[in-house]
Amino acid sequence: MIKNLLQGEKKVFMTGNEVIAWAAIAAKADIMYGYPITPQNEIMHYWTRMAPKAGKKFLQTEDELSAGFTTIGGVLAGKRAFTGTAGPGNTLMQEPVSMAEMMRLPMVIVIQQRGGPSTATVIYSQQETNLTCYGGNGEGLRVVYSTATHQDLFDYTIKAFNTAWKYRFPTFVLADGYQAKMRESLTMYDPKDRGIDMVPVEPILGKPGVPGIDRSPTHIRNTYNTEEELYDVIMSIAQDYEKFAPEIIEYDEQNINDAEIIIISHGVVSRAAYGAMLELREQGYKVGYFRPITLRPFPAKQLFNRARQAKMLIVVESALGQLAKLVKDAIYGCATPIENLSKPGVGIISEEIVERVKTLLKGGHFNVS
Amino acid sequence: MSVEPKMPKCWRKESKPHKFCPGCGHGLALKALGMAIDELGIQDKVVFGCDIGCSLLAWDFFDVDIVQTHHGRTTPVITGLKRANPDLIGIAYMGDGGGYAIGSQHLVNAATRNEKITAILVNNTNYGMTGGQMAPTTLPNQKTETSPYGRSIEETGYPTQGPEMVAAIARDEAYAARGTVANMRQLKGFFKKALQNQIDGNGFSFVEVLSTCPTNWRTDAKGTWKYLEEEMTKFFKVGEFKTPAAKGEQS
Repeated sequence: MIKNLLQGEKKVFMTGNEVIAWAAIAAKADIMYGYPITPQNEIMHYWTRMAPKAGKKFLQTEDELSAGFTTIGGVLAGKRAFTGTAGPGNTLMQEPVSMAEMMRLPMVIVIQQRGGPSTATVIYSQQETNLTCYGGNGEGLRVVYSTATHQDLFDYTIKAFNTAWKYRFPTFVLADGYQAKMRESLTMYDPKDRGIDMVPVEPILGKPGVPGIDRSPTHIRNTYNTEEELYDVIMSIAQDYEKFAPEIIEYDEQNINDAEIIIISHGVVSRAAYGAMLELREQGYKVGYFRPITLRPFPAKQLFNRARQAKMLIVVESALGQLAKLVKDAIYGCATPIENLSKPGVGIISEEIVERVKTLLKGGHFNVS
Repeated sequence: MSVEPKMPKCWRKESKPHKFCPGCGHGLALKALGMAIDELGIQDKVVFGCDIGCSLLAWDFFDVDIVQTHHGRTTPVITGLKRANPDLIGIAYMGDGGGYAIGSQHLVNAATRNEKITAILVNNTNYGMTGGQMAPTTLPNQKTETSPYGRSIEETGYPTQGPEMVAAIARDEAYAARGTVANMRQLKGFFKKALQNQIDGNGFSFVEVLSTCPTNWRTDAKGTWKYLEEEMTKFFKVGEFKTPAAKGEQS
């Protein structure tokens, strides 16, 4: 018997990977395809325990290429299909994602970032930011939600399915090993109880009727013969992306109106940044907080307008300048100096950020009141 | 007045004449497949996936739904589709490079998992689309663009024996055969059995098709046919390697 596993609101205390499995159930996901890689594994572990009770499916594939391409097959059959991976698995995942980009296939991918490059650590990093935003041989025409809390993991995993199926772009939930493995409290809910309708899904291939008789056959491809043909396809996808971007873009900003220093961060690091901002405010510094929630599309205009009113920006990340690149690209033309606190593959606590900001101020480079 | 050649019912007339080179065996393989689909009456259920390489030219070949995928990745796309909707009949159509080289892990694992799909692999002993490089199926001493002095078995091994491998690793419910475009009636029969095996929900089915590539072989009509019938069959035995035991019968 198929059970509705999630009824009503429920306050829970669990790991991030478990949250994602629950969120996929809540989002009415139909099937998960996956390949083991740390720190993503428990998404599969929880999914495989719950899925049969909810009439849902799972396939363990031979590698991440297969996990990605079978997810595409699930999407083509008209199902909410998803996969999860990390690190070197994310590298392989970029091949199927590039196909999904070209063919507008609404696949959902959860990334639990681990150290890089190569095998590195199984623990934590924000070093898959570039890859997740711009991987593959294309233009990065995908949506990337960077989560910071377990509540985010639940909310944005549900949202990822709706964004993917509404706009027909591959959609990532970008988290990390800390979020995957730590326990934290959150409220789980059935989306419909909060007025969130799941965007309906439909078969892309295999619709009813005899093709060529009852209906036209659906023929979809990613190969083109001429430069002009490809150009028209890419520009049409890019145009849609630009058109939908304002509806998709999300960000958070706090104490920003009078901020002379803006701390910019994403994902779990933004929690340390938020704490640092509050502490510095208490000490009298005019510090603000800006967090892009969507890294693709990036809240460029929103950040530009804030950045040009500030006297200093500090980009804080567990990578060596990957968020900083996105920021520089977004605020091109803004003369406000950019400083960094970059710790590739290493966690960051608020005290470090406070100290870094104070050191920068003591250095006297900036005329900050 | 010309007489139109008889085409399978499920062929898409608007995309004919097809895009393959003159003398290419793909058209024949796809004719046998079209006849098999017609005779089984499954046009409304088939989803056809084609690979990269010459097989991608089949992307609009049939009046059935078609997805053209990446090199070697047709097997997982069709696997994912079939897993999500078992009512569909999934066909993964690929070349020897796609199935035996870049996508060999997918073929092996689909076979061992006994995926309920039908994989068809066209063997023309070389990478045709990219200009005739050595493939896993290239015959010993065969000259290609990347084995210009002939394939050295010491350096690069023997031709891959695909259906034999599938037969060795797959479950009893699987089907594995090798046909040839030189025997269309037999090839159509293999395709029908392979598809029937999927329809019956038995398991994985795999058909390799010996095919021709006069463009890259640099052969005339006579030489092409001689290579197909005499040279290729020295290494690639035509026939069935695994047939599922019918329910209630001894295998």
